[in-house]
Amino acid sequence: PPTLRIEGKLGAGQDVGRSCILVSIAGKNVMLDCGMHMGFNDDRRFPDFSYITQNGRLTDFLDCVIISHFHLDHCGALPYFSEMVGYDGPIYMTHPTQAICPILLEDYRKIAVDKKGEANFFTSQMIKDCMKKVVAVHLHQTVQVDDELEIKAYYAGHVLGAAMFQIKVGSESVVYTGDYNMTPDRHLGAAWIDKCRPNLLITESTYATTIRDSKRCRERDFLKKVHETVERGGKVLIPVFALGRAQELCILLETFWERMNLKVPIYFSTGLTEKANHYYKLFITWTNQKIRKTFVQRNMFEFKHIKAFDRAFADNPGPMVVFATPGMLHAGQSLQIFRKWAGNEKNMVIMPGYCVQGTVGHKILSGQRKLEMEGRQVLEVKMQVEYMSFSAHADAKGIMQLVGQAEPERVLLVHGEAKKMEFLRQKIEQEFRVSCYMPANGETVTLPTSPSIPVGISLGLLKREMAQGLLPEAKKPRLLHGTLIMKDSSFRLVSSEQALKELGLAEHQLRFTCRVHLQDTRKEQETALRVYSHLKSTLKDHCVQHLPDGSVTVESILIQAAAHSEDPGTKVLLVSWTYQDEELGSFLTALLKKGLPQAPS
Amino acid sequence: MAAHLKKRVYEEFTKVVQQQQEEIATKKLRLTKPSKSAALHIDLCKATSPADALQYLLQFARKPVEAESVEGVVRILLEHYYKENDPSVRLKIASLLGLLSKTAGFSPDCIIDDAINILQNEKSHQVLAQLLDTLLAIGTKLPENQAIQTRLVDVACKHLTDTSHGVRNKCLQLLGNLGSLEKSITKDAEGLTARDVQNIIGDYFNDQDPRVRTAAIKAMLQLHERGLKLHQTIYNQACKLLSDDYEQVRSAAVQLIWVISQLYPESIVPIPSSNEEIRLVDDAFGKICHMVSDGSWVVRVQAAKLLGSMEQVSSHFLEQTLDKKLMSDLRRKRTAHERAKELYSSGEFSSGRKWGDDAPKEEIDTGAVNLIESGACGAFVHGLEDEMYEVRIAAVEALCMLAQSSPSFAEKCLDFLVDMFNDEIEEVRLQSIHTMRKISNNITLREDQLDTVLAVLEDSSRDIREALHELLCCTNVSTKEGIHLALVELLKNLTKYPTDRDSIWKCLKFLGSRHPTLVLPLVPELLSTHPFFDTAEPDMDDPAYIAVLVLIFNAAKTCPTMPALFSDHTFRHYAYLRDSLSHLVPALRLPGRKLVSPAVSPNITPHEDPSQQFLQQSLERVYSLQHLDPQGAQELLEFTIRDLQRLGELQSELAGVADFSAAYLRCQLLLIKALQEKLWNVAAPLYLKQSDLASAAAKQIMEETYKMEFMYSGVENKQIVIIHHMRLQAKALQLIVTARTTRGVDPLYGMCEKFLQEVDFFQRCFIADLPHLQDSFVDKLLDLMPRLMTSKPAEVVKILQTMLRQSTFLHLPLPEQIHKASATIIEPAGESDNPLRFTSGLVVALDVDATLEHVQDPQNTVKVQVLYPDGQAQMIHPKPADFRNPGPGRHRLITQVYLSHTAWTEPCQVEVRLLLAYNSSARIPKSPWMEGSEVSPQVETSIEGTIPFSKPVKVYIMPKPARR
Repeated sequence: PPTLRIEGKLGAGQDVGRSCILVSIAGKNVMLDCGMHMGFNDDRRFPDFSYITQNGRLTDFLDCVIISHFHLDHCGALPYFSEMVGYDGPIYMTHPTQAICPILLEDYRKIAVDKKGEANFFTSQMIKDCMKKVVAVHLHQTVQVDDELEIKAYYAGHVLGAAMFQIKVGSESVVYTGDYNMTPDRHLGAAWIDKCRPNLLITESTYATTIRDSKRCRERDFLKKVHETVERGGKVLIPVFALGRAQELCILLETFWERMNLKVPIYFSTGLTEKANHYYKLFITWTNQKIRKTFVQRNMFEFKHIKAFDRAFADNPGPMVVFATPGMLHAGQSLQIFRKWAGNEKNMVIMPGYCVQGTVGHKILSGQRKLEMEGRQVLEVKMQVEYMSFSAHADAKGIMQLVGQAEPERVLLVHGEAKKMEFLRQKIEQEFRVSCYMPANGETVTLPTSPSIPVGISLGLLKREMAQGLLPEAKKPRLLHGTLIMKDSSFRLVSSEQALKELGLAEHQLRFTCRVHLQDTRKEQETALRVYSHLKSTLKDHCVQHLPDGSVTVESILIQAAAHSEDPGTKVLLVSWTYQDEELGSFLTALLKKGLPQAPS
Repeated sequence: MAAHLKKRVYEEFTKVVQQQQEEIATKKLRLTKPSKSAALHIDLCKATSPADALQYLLQFARKPVEAESVEGVVRILLEHYYKENDPSVRLKIASLLGLLSKTAGFSPDCIIDDAINILQNEKSHQVLAQLLDTLLAIGTKLPENQAIQTRLVDVACKHLTDTSHGVRNKCLQLLGNLGSLEKSITKDAEGLTARDVQNIIGDYFNDQDPRVRTAAIKAMLQLHERGLKLHQTIYNQACKLLSDDYEQVRSAAVQLIWVISQLYPESIVPIPSSNEEIRLVDDAFGKICHMVSDGSWVVRVQAAKLLGSMEQVSSHFLEQTLDKKLMSDLRRKRTAHERAKELYSSGEFSSGRKWGDDAPKEEIDTGAVNLIESGACGAFVHGLEDEMYEVRIAAVEALCMLAQSSPSFAEKCLDFLVDMFNDEIEEVRLQSIHTMRKISNNITLREDQLDTVLAVLEDSSRDIREALHELLCCTNVSTKEGIHLALVELLKNLTKYPTDRDSIWKCLKFLGSRHPTLVLPLVPELLSTHPFFDTAEPDMDDPAYIAVLVLIFNAAKTCPTMPALFSDHTFRHYAYLRDSLSHLVPALRLPGRKLVSPAVSPNITPHEDPSQQFLQQSLERVYSLQHLDPQGAQELLEFTIRDLQRLGELQSELAGVADFSAAYLRCQLLLIKALQEKLWNVAAPLYLKQSDLASAAAKQIMEETYKMEFMYSGVENKQIVIIHHMRLQAKALQLIVTARTTRGVDPLYGMCEKFLQEVDFFQRCFIADLPHLQDSFVDKLLDLMPRLMTSKPAEVVKILQTMLRQSTFLHLPLPEQIHKASATIIEPAGESDNPLRFTSGLVVALDVDATLEHVQDPQNTVKVQVLYPDGQAQMIHPKPADFRNPGPGRHRLITQVYLSHTAWTEPCQVEVRLLLAYNSSARIPKSPWMEGSEVSPQVETSIEGTIPFSKPVKVYIMPKPARR
């Protein structure tokens, strides 16, 4: 039977880490995302590609690779996969992803090789070579990978250029969501998909058990905190990751500054962000309604109030707001600034995201006020510490909303924690009545599909059959008489006459005959006459005839009366009909078996 | 491809040129032939190809057809229709038939047989659809004729099975518009089994084509609009359509569900997959709420809008829309709003947020959580954070409407509205502030909410700030800290944006008078008085100090104990402010002083009001004018005008009526005075320049009548007649004066003719009102019209003169509500001694800010005039976007005026004022045919004249010579 194989083996099963899924659909093999795991520094960092084919080249086995967005847990292993393991086939991603992805890969490479001194890592040249294999796609553009396989991208929110992909072979299709966000934010819109009714929807489930509060409270809180602090004359430090949330917060502060006519400087630590900001300016069509509608007057990413940060500014007197990388305060510029400002209770640090255990960020969030720095220094934290969660994943309600929009036959949950996924799995099965799977890492799911088979029908036959019904009812199944011809793997429905002609067969007549015994002492002719008048009065809609030879016909059914050879008081009615008139014929025999009404004497 | 296109373009271009030449030829033909149908017939016969015929028809459609010749034209068209083989020409003919049958004054029942007849033989689907459209036009034109309606419905039913969606669409439209409303009538009249239109339309809810499904729902809605009660049974069908694949179907289905929920709110419907039952309106509410998170934003807007008008919904359903039922890791979580409320009620305010402050509380039973089918759950939360601002605005509007009808809901939605003050789109912010103002009598702001509201005072947009001031005017604050907070923030606003001064003062006025008891404990602090020491006297000109005083004095009005807390200088300042800003500072009952003016008891209704009676009496006194001698009449008028003017000054609510009546009486007075002039007694024309008084009077009457017609809002047609009549008299006077003072008859011919045209125009415009004008000037004039038409100018003048003297004084009926338009220029204030310097020849932008009251359609009528010292006047048309509408009857003009001039040696003042432009010919009705067909857009209504309606403001400017 036709099946659809999902191999979660490579990563991304019940785990938030490297995303990598292998889908086999109608004989085509597609790899979805090619991510790395942040938590490991050894081989486990990348998916085990040797699993895909033991022997033989990857290019021969895989038909294409699709990257949903530029986060490293979705694209980090790409140069390793294509250049070091070896893959020459097409890699599909959206234009913004194609633009930003190499910047992040290069940054990642620098940290791994230059800072940590790792050997056997991919080189800058490999990133470039890898990007040459990329084919960029537009939103809603149907890309024909080969004659049978086609893919189509949908908007996913989350980060700039994030997309959901529909993979379709013939009538079978899979939708892979990547990461997505169902609530719009300050710079991106909400994910959207049409009712494409795929056989399978593979969705992320990071927030499977959470229903989030309105984003407006969060925004208002954030702005109020920042505003109050700068009004007091304090400095605000916001540690961020270079891409994604940082841009949202920038827009938020920028518009607030504009609205409130504030003059306090806002700085953004330089480096990779500047390059990325450039792409945000370019890909306006991928942003939300407000930015798209106003960019003719002013591109929102051309910040008026936000300037590049210089190390020396940190010591400037007076209030200021600084965005600095990295986001968890574990190293780099953000940590430097933090050390300078921590001693003043007027200042404030706002952590906009989750912090890993062991980082300074995690320590101060859990309330630690005295930090041991390197060199046995003790840093006393007097500044205010705030936590503000800005996350761009869909919550449980959002996931359900997307499932409702796409109306899939089945759902498969990835990219989440097993315990949480279990809850969502139950909910999906309960409310949509579709089966839902949640494979572990390395587990293969095989799903049988029932592909629809297109059958050609001749127009003449269709029209003839249509004419018989009263009203054409679109969604109700209709009974149709015809002959199905299967020839050269094509199916056709034709009228039986044509089928006979094509196949060169002669038509066979099939007739049913039935005898009905009647108690009647009169002559045969009289009996026939009585039958005739009886049928004439009962079957008003049919054509009942009394032929000169004494037989009676109803449509094409013939009824003859004969005397019983043994019993003269019994007459035998011979009823004969063709196979096509089976319905009427059996009705007639049943009617005649009940006997004739008493004749008026 | 490009070359091919180019060729096409050229071909088409040349074709057009040829056609134009032909058009000239046919035009000649038409001039000689009186009948339109004949001309058309000739044109169509000449046509050699279908394209030709089509061109002729297109040309024909550009010109209107009179009602008399419609039938002839229709016959010609039909005749050609039968012969025509090309479907596109038949299509055009069919559409023309529909257009023609709409002509006013033409009854289309004579062509209905033909129309139905050609429909039966038509093969092209497109033409069929167009013919059905024509039948629809005919059917709507004859709503009385039951037989025709039934026939048309039959025709529509017959073609419902057509394979083309266009034809089915039109059939459904026809059914929706003409389907019989009362079955019994058709049964009796026809003896036919009346078709159940609802069932027939309902069958097409499941059509295979989404366009037809939409048309079916629309037809159903149309039936409802025409007053047919829809069956409740279609509710279930409509609910199924909510999950349709196509957005237009879903959008229409939402509307249908809403309609049914309004028709059968109390019916009980079962909840699927359970044994429970709920009210239909609640069920529908839940379903529409669900559509607020639909995939298509068009549907979302529609759903959000309709939610607002479902007032019968049960309160617990309503309140669910604001509750998303948060959870985190399967544990119940409180929203930020709930936490804020808790913090507030526990007495701890604005604590710094810690990580884990929002930590989830109790575990939730996993089985009880419903993620999707939770009905109304969080619908507004979703709607308010939607990506499209159209949806957000619709949601805010819906919130407003629901909150107005349910105080408890108003209380609950407050947090959400406050959040919307931070939206990224200004329009949404503004809308939410307005919404909050509208529901403000249902709510009291908590301190933390007030804090958020006040934060918006720093917004750089003036509209937002002013809307917020308006909101604060009618807000209830719960604590004295709240008042203090509001005052502090408003003062901060004042220092940041000094131009907001007036708005802030006004806001504090209301804030004070609403919360006297809350202000009382704050007084010592606000005035910085000390029990033992005298403090320094604050600066009287400081706007912030004035703001504080406005708050306190308004609170003191209803709080008699407050003045005891004032120090001496406060009393002095009170006296000063009471004089200089009397609109902001009320009269107070101060110890040791007499009340400045007696308080007017507010509970007198206008009818018992003595001033109203006085007004009536004065006006009634004037009725007797006719019986008095001219001298007495003049005196009576003068006294009455004086009384009315004084009354208008004293009673602001009667000012409109008093001024309006006074203006009319003044006209009459001028007329009487002019007719009293000696020059009339001389038999022969004098040809002297002595009649200054009379001609000045005529001119002044004209001006007054224009003011009466255009400067007052609420003037009805019956007053317009009288005003126009007065103007006609003034014109007659002018004519007589000119005849008396000019030599020669030649200019008189033109004037007479023009005057008679005016009379004719008057008659045409006010034909319905003529019976009310018995014995008046125009009444007599119209009697003599045939004679006047043929008379020589001298004779006309003579007749006019006698008639003017004999005509009776027409009584002016008073309108219900009448207000005089007024404008005040706030900015520029005209106080500056520093001239505005700019280089000559270049421009300088002058900010103009003015409030307009009772101006109708200010976008088109209000202009700014700049008068330069050299007498040069410039009129500026402000952009429509420069006008804001802060409240009913009030407008605000904030615009920039560009000044420029050649170099001056000295700085000098220019005058800026506002004008009201009018155009009296705009009242002429337009022909209906011209609206529908493709005619060139009408020429903008030009300005006939202007009335200055604001005090001029002087601006000191200095154009410097350019430096070389």
